[in-house]
Amino acid sequence: MDSSPKKVLLDPLVDNNPVTLQVLGICSALAVTTNVLNSLIMSAALTVVCIFSNGAVSAIRRHIPGSIRIIVQMTIIASLVIVVDQLLKAFAFEASRTLSVFIGLIITNCIVLGRAEAFASKNPVGLSMLDGLGNGLGYSLVLIIVGAVRELFGSGSLLGYVVLNPEQDGGWYVTNGMLLLPPSAFFIIGLMIWGLRTWKRDQVEPEEFQIHQIHRQEVL
Amino acid sequence: MEDAISLFVRAIFVENLALAFFLGMCTFLAVSKSIETAIGLGVAVVVVMVVTVPVNNLLYQYFLNQGALAWAGLPAVDMSFLGLISYIGVIAALVQVLEMVLDRYFPALYNALGIFLPLITVNCAILGASLFMVERSYDFGESVVFGLGGGIGWALAIIALAGIREKLKYSDVPEGLQGLGITFITVGLMSMGFMAFSGIQL
Repeated sequence: MDSSPKKVLLDPLVDNNPVTLQVLGICSALAVTTNVLNSLIMSAALTVVCIFSNGAVSAIRRHIPGSIRIIVQMTIIASLVIVVDQLLKAFAFEASRTLSVFIGLIITNCIVLGRAEAFASKNPVGLSMLDGLGNGLGYSLVLIIVGAVRELFGSGSLLGYVVLNPEQDGGWYVTNGMLLLPPSAFFIIGLMIWGLRTWKRDQVEPEEFQIHQIHRQEVL
Repeated sequence: MEDAISLFVRAIFVENLALAFFLGMCTFLAVSKSIETAIGLGVAVVVVMVVTVPVNNLLYQYFLNQGALAWAGLPAVDMSFLGLISYIGVIAALVQVLEMVLDRYFPALYNALGIFLPLITVNCAILGASLFMVERSYDFGESVVFGLGGGIGWALAIIALAGIREKLKYSDVPEGLQGLGITFITVGLMSMGFMAFSGIQL
């Protein structure tokens, strides 16, 4: 693995995105993305937790016995999430009320534990924190795009400002209520992956079953 | 008894953790390539959930809830801010025990689950079930039923998805959409299907 700091930071944005390629942290990506503001707060919370958990796990990586490492990592992550949760309650109470359950579920966001387990437990502190930042930003990128699409077409606004004047307020745009329901997030992320893989062809997964090739082998 | 059956059915179908609340998606998408692995993981989730939800229920009732420490002579203490870390501690400990048991007695299953066994700890479905149990203030009996129903519902969903994906690999999917992309769209359609249950009152 090439581990120059720039690569560690920028790789997770597009080339090795935690959501679209590593299949991590999808639960919250589906549930909180009904508007851009929620996506932004969620992204910021996750990025902060990811940076500091990676840093802390990396700092004590030589002292954690292998058989209890998960409990140690979870404790670190859970403490950080409690701090973030209490901070949000103190300074952004409205936001914490709309997000409350999902801030708690950052603990179980696989990106944080996945990176702690896969990267921070093997690499020095500085590099691990960069990796946390990179993965946090990669996650944020997906969340903000999905949030923007769902808010724009689902309720005709962006960050609360009206962009497409919705019909129920006397405008022309008929809002698509489907996009405010969770299944739409699956479709949006699915289509995003399609787009991304058409652009970055090396991310395409090989076919599991090739009818023509096997048929040809049998014929020959 | 009737209440328990109603809660059980509701936890499996109407409030399916995977398809109605979108919990546990990471493992849900990653370990659903073959039915056998999906069954293994589904069973592991049911086991972990049946144990953790009631244990967390006791923890909440006797230690964390406001006034819960009255039995120790501390009726004014509210420890509910420690909720998250306690629940996840219980879950992590149980998963580690399960990992050791599987490694010792079922090495084939242990190898099949690989990296995803530690990730059961971060399966949002399991922490989510505990949080729902607290939020809806179930008693001990209800939390056993809810843990079982929620686990079975999740297992059902992942096995169904694995079944679809096993058939899907014979179909001609556009190149960029293969694998993860088409799985997302399949799950989207499945969850729309399960939304049909959402109005049912038992």
